[in-house]
Amino acid sequence: MIAAQYPALQVVLALLAAPVCLILRRPRAAWAVATVITWISLAIALSLLGRVWETGVILYPMGDWAAPWGIEYQIDTVNAFMLVIVTLIGSVVMPFARASVEAEIEEERIYLFYCMYLLNLAGLLGIAITGDVFNLFVFLEISSLSSYVMISLGRDQRALTAAYRYLVMGTIGATFYIIGVGMMYMMTGTLNMADLATILPAVADSRTIQVALGFLTVGLGLKLALFPLHLWLPNAYTYAPSAVTVFLAATGTKVAVYAFIRIFFTVFGGVEVFNAGFIPEILAVLAALAMIGASVVAIYQTDVKRLLAYSSIAQIGYMVLGISMVTVTGLAGTIVHLFNHAIMKGGLFMAMGCILFKIGSVQLDQFEGLGKRMPVTMAAFVAGGFSLIGVPLTVGFVSKWYLVQAALEKGWWLAVAAILVSSLLAVIYIWRVVEVAYFRPPPKGSAEVSEAPLSMLVPLWILIGASYYFGIDATRTLDIAFVAAETLFGPPQ
Amino acid sequence: MEFLGLLNYWIIIVLMMTGFYIVIAHNNLVKKIVGLNIFQASVFVFYITMAKVKGGTAPILAEGIEVYSNPLPHVLILTAIVVGVATTALGLALVIRIRDAYGTIEDDEIEARENEL
Repeated sequence: MIAAQYPALQVVLALLAAPVCLILRRPRAAWAVATVITWISLAIALSLLGRVWETGVILYPMGDWAAPWGIEYQIDTVNAFMLVIVTLIGSVVMPFARASVEAEIEEERIYLFYCMYLLNLAGLLGIAITGDVFNLFVFLEISSLSSYVMISLGRDQRALTAAYRYLVMGTIGATFYIIGVGMMYMMTGTLNMADLATILPAVADSRTIQVALGFLTVGLGLKLALFPLHLWLPNAYTYAPSAVTVFLAATGTKVAVYAFIRIFFTVFGGVEVFNAGFIPEILAVLAALAMIGASVVAIYQTDVKRLLAYSSIAQIGYMVLGISMVTVTGLAGTIVHLFNHAIMKGGLFMAMGCILFKIGSVQLDQFEGLGKRMPVTMAAFVAGGFSLIGVPLTVGFVSKWYLVQAALEKGWWLAVAAILVSSLLAVIYIWRVVEVAYFRPPPKGSAEVSEAPLSMLVPLWILIGASYYFGIDATRTLDIAFVAAETLFGPPQ
Repeated sequence: MEFLGLLNYWIIIVLMMTGFYIVIAHNNLVKKIVGLNIFQASVFVFYITMAKVKGGTAPILAEGIEVYSNPLPHVLILTAIVVGVATTALGLALVIRIRDAYGTIEDDEIEARENEL
């Protein structure tokens, strides 16, 4: 039965398709391969989620080597949901990418983009699906290396330095992660997550494990751009080609957040790490600083893509805040926000892609009169902006609602205040763009109404539409998020 | 004896900090990559050191061999070395492109040029 092999196919398909793009070389052919593979991956991810939903955890020993010696893929509600998020975003980005990439990347390099995209997809899916901490490192590096290349494909020469700085910081993060893994292996002799979870409590008091936890936290903190380890993010998102920014902003940091949750709640699940050493407090403070600090910085940006990048750092703050509460509601808020933020920020960056396609710049002063010149795109931007602020009926409201509720349950009034202040700041930075676009006349001699092609507008509106659809009827995503959060708090399997 | 017994670990710490310091403090982009390599090398040594079993030999199935070192970390580190080589290659390739674009590989000069843009 082929369905039994879905966990392997989920990763392997994209991994094998990447060199195919390299051989094909023709831009359109590479695009077709990447699109078809992404859509198949989405179908596989959905079927895996369905199966996990009905029958519980799927265990898939790679090559039939039994765990803990072999690498085992373990799929529960949490990673099945992650797989769906990543492939869903990929599936919407691909149709968008064709025109956008043709406009932004030189023709002879386009096939490289699709090759790297597929590697990145394979890496992200691998991180989400694997049940082995070292395997996770390998996939982390596959996804990181390919994202450095994708960022460096940007037109602006600053894309090169952004990619270089991201490479240095990303490598430090990944190396910190393997130091942590090595120390855990030293004390337990295993790399399998479930196995680690059962052995760790016995040795948790040793200094080695405590240091390991520190290295893991900082390493993954770098990857997920937790304040103050976020310095690589703004330039990387700003100067990368639009399609890359959409994909990375919507999936890259989310998967790192997932890895963080996995390490803290599954691997260290049996150890009460959150009861000792102020870890929740430290995380909560950093999260609050990210939410407010990054939002303030966002207000002062003149490059709208950069503004959205800072807003992403603030949104990561929300996710970490949910984690730091260590309650089912808080964690469910984080998990649902992973999905919600992926679709709304994906949509907003797609709007940037459309504007870059037509206007050639996303500097704020170029936005004058854009509400009249590109009404469809700007309407999408405003709709997505509402979601970012957290207006009711949008997905942004749903996640903030649950995060606030979780904070109230804990009696963390300051966290509630931070969420509200950060939302108000979001109103300001979105308003600045809206004001320029709608209330200033278009510069003289500018072109009449002209929109990006439908192949870009349709994916844009799919994501924006989804951010309302799942905002109005959030039962499906919330059910999954709550079950996922309960799984994480459940006894280690 | 305690110090000598842990000599490898001391070397690891020195290497790790040296590499990390070079990455942070050096201005030259190529030197930063070298620092990153030293940093990663310390982790390789770390894994190999912890795999050593006192009095153990190579893990080969043969008569008379009962105690052997743990081979798994060696395999893990082979993977990590491959990752490290890929990172170095990509990093150096980026440095070449940066030099083409900016005409320099000194971080402060690049930053000055970026601020002009």
